[in-house]
Amino acid sequence: MTPPRVPPRSEATSRFVSAAVAAVILTALLIFFVLPAGWLLLAPSKTAGQLVQDFPLSFGSFHQIGAAWRHLASYQDGALFRWLGNSAIYSLGSLVLTLLVSVPAGYALALSEFRGRRLLLTVTLVVMIMPSATLVLPIFLELNLFGLIGSVWSIILPFSFYPFGVYLVYIYFATTLPRDLLSAARIDGCGEWQVFRRIALPLARPVIGLVAFFSFVGNWNNFFLPYLVLPNSEQFPIQVGLNQLLSSTPSFNPVAGAGLDITSSELSLAIVLAILPVLVLFLFSQRALVSGMLAGSTKE
Amino acid sequence: MTTVEAGRPPALADAELVRRRVRSRRRAGRPGYLFVAGYTVLLLAFGVFPTLYAVYLAVTNDRGQFTGLNQFVKVLRDYRFVPSFVDIGLYLVMWLVLVVVLTVLVAVLLRGLVRPGLSTVLRFLFYIPGALAGVASVLVWLFMLNPTVSPVGPLLRAFGFDTFSQVIAPADLPVIFVLIAFWTGAGGWIVVTYGALNNIPDEVLEAARVDGAGRWQSAWHIQIPMIRKWIAYMAILAFAGGTQLFVEPQLMRTASLGRVDPTWSPNQLAYVYAFQNGDFNGAAAISLFLLVLGLLCAGVLVTRSGLFKTEER
Repeated sequence: MTPPRVPPRSEATSRFVSAAVAAVILTALLIFFVLPAGWLLLAPSKTAGQLVQDFPLSFGSFHQIGAAWRHLASYQDGALFRWLGNSAIYSLGSLVLTLLVSVPAGYALALSEFRGRRLLLTVTLVVMIMPSATLVLPIFLELNLFGLIGSVWSIILPFSFYPFGVYLVYIYFATTLPRDLLSAARIDGCGEWQVFRRIALPLARPVIGLVAFFSFVGNWNNFFLPYLVLPNSEQFPIQVGLNQLLSSTPSFNPVAGAGLDITSSELSLAIVLAILPVLVLFLFSQRALVSGMLAGSTKE
Repeated sequence: MTTVEAGRPPALADAELVRRRVRSRRRAGRPGYLFVAGYTVLLLAFGVFPTLYAVYLAVTNDRGQFTGLNQFVKVLRDYRFVPSFVDIGLYLVMWLVLVVVLTVLVAVLLRGLVRPGLSTVLRFLFYIPGALAGVASVLVWLFMLNPTVSPVGPLLRAFGFDTFSQVIAPADLPVIFVLIAFWTGAGGWIVVTYGALNNIPDEVLEAARVDGAGRWQSAWHIQIPMIRKWIAYMAILAFAGGTQLFVEPQLMRTASLGRVDPTWSPNQLAYVYAFQNGDFNGAAAISLFLLVLGLLCAGVLVTRSGLFKTEER
């Protein structure tokens, strides 16, 4: 079957149409993705009034950023900094625990034989794919049963259970570390722990970075679990704190917000501060990130 | 008889070998157990136990008496139960269609029609809102949807939305949540889909071109069928995640001064059961419905997709 020859003129036209359609779609999406973020970064530089009247993408003044900062800092005696500090404690504490348990676990799943290995791996996969929110309410009920509600550990321990991290380490070791290398080390008299310490761990640096990134971002942005288990504003992470700040903003809550200095300008500054750590990580680890998203499941 | 004579000793030797191998594997197994011990404890404590405890709560009452399926019947009969599933159902249909169609379309465009450098920059920019996942993204969109401050205020007014409360009318909520989910999540899926398209060998597309297929034809007949598996993966994960909506409607409720239904999504209904009624048994029953949905999705992906490996090499 010979394909019909397309006359060159119509080929050129259709290529032009394709390019035009692509340009329109991509430009529209670019605006959709970038505009809200751009607006957010500019908003703290404007007063609430300017936010309503000025051109949406204009820059106000550094003076106003300073003013918003002072208002925000004095909100409930610096509650914002407490929340940011809490977020750091929860995310970093669970990050350390996650790495301590998931690197050895992924290593053993990839490179050693033991009864139940297959089962452990399958359960890990299933829990990893299930949306993490499915377990939040059951975990709350469990913590309540053991009287752990409101303690630091009620956040850090559930956060540090991170099956995706274990799977990433497993895939990494299963595909990059030859078993023969480990056998050779064993023959040379290395114990299992030394094989892990001396050979596997030094090679694992890239995957440790990847697990750390995903774990930190996920826990920093988590809202549901802390919202359920932390009754006290003193212990809120920043995400739950933002919810409280929202209810004090007169643009959304004229009654509760009356008399407070928290306007849209201060709220948007708080949002920027809340996302800053994650945003910085995103900007500097783009390559690692993309490889990690694809490593989430093996390629065909 | 030679056959018997020849047959027996090797069998014995085999048995001995097997015994020896089992012993050595066991010896090698012990460190294996130590390495996975910490993780296994966490898995049992925050994966297995909460699930079993939720099952226990769902089949008992507040005095710990076994009540069979009564809790499930109770929440099913709750007048808020079915509407909350209808809400997320509406949301899910729109979200799945949008995320699958647009993600694949954009990935095809970025792969075929855009210069590689520009394509990298665009993928990065599409992906950045992912950093705002969760509360921050909802707050940003509260501003975007508030006609008085929104940069697209004139557009909102052109559609007849003059005030924030008009925008967040109940019928509009699914659309709003789709916008938010797309804004934070689509970039990641575009990256993944693009990666899958990248794995298609150039020769395949070249052959199609030689056979006279245009860009759109080869996209439709070759590229998309070849990444079918990834599209299914995306659809199932987007579905499973979508059933869990909580942050978005909950914050929308705060922002709307409580005008948004407190039990808009099933997770919120479970929350109301636990925190307002103190009915942990009912809350557990609702969360089990969601848990089973999530488990089904995960089970299908793990056993059917072939995207995950559980055997080394």
